[in-house]
Amino acid sequence: MSVEAPAPPRTPGGGRADRPARRSRRPRGSVTGYLLLAPAGIFLLAFFVVPFYSLVATSLFDPSGSDFRGYEMTYAWGNYVDVVRDYWGPLLRAMAYGAAATAACLVLGYVLAYAIAFKAGRWKNLMLVLVIAPFFTSFLIRTLSWKLILADDGFVVNTLQVLQLLGDDGRLLATPFAVIAGLTYNFLPFMVLPLYASLDKLDPRLVEASSDLYANPVAGFFKVTWPLSLPGVVSGTLLTFIPATGDYINAELLGSTNNRVIGNVIQSQFTDANNYPVAAALSVLLSVLIVVMVLVYVRRAGTEELL
Amino acid sequence: MSRLAEQEVAGDALGAPASGEEGPYDGLRIRALTKSFGSYTAVRSLDLDIPRGSFFALLGPSGCGKTTTLRMVAGLEQPTSGTITLAGEDITRTKPYRRPVNTVFQSYALFPHLDVAENVAFGLKRRKVKDVAAQVEAMLALVELETQASKKPAQLSGGQQQRVALARALINRPEVLLLDEPLGALDLKLRRSMQIEVKRIQTEVGLTFVHVTHDQEEAMTMADTVAVMNGGVVEQMGAPSELYENPRSTFVANFLGQSNLIEGTVRRRDADLVTVDMHGVTVSVPAHRVHTDGDRGWVGIRPEKVLIGEVGAELDAPGNTVPGGVITDVSFVGVSTQYLVRMPWGQELQVFAQNTGRQRMFAHGEQVELSWRPEYAFLLDASQDVAAGADRVVG
Repeated sequence: MSVEAPAPPRTPGGGRADRPARRSRRPRGSVTGYLLLAPAGIFLLAFFVVPFYSLVATSLFDPSGSDFRGYEMTYAWGNYVDVVRDYWGPLLRAMAYGAAATAACLVLGYVLAYAIAFKAGRWKNLMLVLVIAPFFTSFLIRTLSWKLILADDGFVVNTLQVLQLLGDDGRLLATPFAVIAGLTYNFLPFMVLPLYASLDKLDPRLVEASSDLYANPVAGFFKVTWPLSLPGVVSGTLLTFIPATGDYINAELLGSTNNRVIGNVIQSQFTDANNYPVAAALSVLLSVLIVVMVLVYVRRAGTEELL
Repeated sequence: MSRLAEQEVAGDALGAPASGEEGPYDGLRIRALTKSFGSYTAVRSLDLDIPRGSFFALLGPSGCGKTTTLRMVAGLEQPTSGTITLAGEDITRTKPYRRPVNTVFQSYALFPHLDVAENVAFGLKRRKVKDVAAQVEAMLALVELETQASKKPAQLSGGQQQRVALARALINRPEVLLLDEPLGALDLKLRRSMQIEVKRIQTEVGLTFVHVTHDQEEAMTMADTVAVMNGGVVEQMGAPSELYENPRSTFVANFLGQSNLIEGTVRRRDADLVTVDMHGVTVSVPAHRVHTDGDRGWVGIRPEKVLIGEVGAELDAPGNTVPGGVITDVSFVGVSTQYLVRMPWGQELQVFAQNTGRQRMFAHGEQVELSWRPEYAFLLDASQDVAAGADRVVG
């Protein structure tokens, strides 16, 4: 959005005019800002910039090196070509699973966040606590429990078989469905909370105004509620899609070898095959892809001003 | 004020039609409208007839049920019982988005993600009207905001936002335009100019405006007809001057302007004149200004109608001189001087004297006599609370 002439100051002659003067009188004010930024800056330098530099460097090592013989920096850009050729399947699968889980989270999360924001009344806080409650148990334990729930002789599969919704030898575990369901379950709170924050801020009088202006409930939702909740939608989908795409626990525990995602490959290359250059190249590739996708997405959603 | 409104008002001050007929009525008609929230009744069996094309004000203190009434007309609140008909059609249960009624909300409720032109076009687009752009342009011209069309509401001043809200509702040419304290958020000077602006627009477009306010001055300057609400019921309805000059209850007498209310005993009732003994002074009140059947009542007189003079001086009022006053307070406010005069029975009466120069100013502690023309006095029921409506918020 282009911001034209700024609104005139409320109190003529107030604030604005004397501010530069005050700044020049107290030059230390500008130093304070940098001092306040320093802790976060040092943290980012130590735990993001340095490791990422190391990761990028590793991805360019000669892939024939090993822990025993050591690695040689040969600027092996070919590593990237190799990983794309060898692992484009798990890479695309990770994106697809992440996108499917994000879509499922958006639908489920929007309904839930809407209900909490507008219909929960005095149960609002309790429901928010319940949304966060799963975090009290380890991510790994919860995903393992899903393995039991979706097991071949478990209650869910038996019921579906009785209802003829699933064939006699049909299964849920070790299918893409189980992986996407697990991702959806695990990342739902990351969708619900930003959506709730956006919807809770929404003035219900705007929805009343839309119905006063001939918008039926459906039109009112798509013309007023949805656009005003876009900041929540954007941050919710980012918070879900990014970790869901990189996640390998769900594919590992709930999927089969046919459902391996890029996370599984990176994990096995790092820990089992000890092929650090390939693992690093895959990691850098995944990071860059996600950053590019996020930039395109935020630009397309046009919500920079709302974020 | 339209002729139709005068007839209705003349028929019955509480808004019920004189003849009792329920035939097609082209205005907004409310019958026995009641709204309860749990055990609290916000609006109690309200009857109103609002003629087409009139500027109607619902005036009352906060919590009197005026906004609830407005929301029921808009369809944003479901009545507990009663009916609302518009141009002969029952709209009591019609969804808000199907009613030919639009609202200018108290907080404006402009859509923050849409620019001014898109806000104004909202209603037309939902109804799939053609030629939206030209209509929006004309409407923005009417409210003098052509140059602001592509700005977001947050970039506008309060007065500009108010005009966008008005334009957004008006462009739909509703049968009835509801205004819910639309000027409440503006400062005094801007509010006065917006009052004139809104009145100008109403005259220009000729739609029915129903304006809810707690500001008696705003109601009186803008509306053709004012209904004064209190405790969920209409206390009195009529033209502003009629309400002011001949109030029927202590609430209206105190809420609209100020009144001196003096206890009195009815001595004699003649066909056109009622004689009242007021702490030993006999005063008379025209029969059509007597609003009680009892033996006792409140004699009411507006402070600016009270004449003040030296003891024994000739006052321009036939009879009814009230002697024995002592001035206890003098406030000079330029065009007039406001006196507080303690009467022999202990009550302090307010007197507003125009500073015409014909009379000298009186000083604190001076002995004076008061008088007024009988045709300005009114008599209210003794059972009513003498202080009702006196603690109003001056908006």
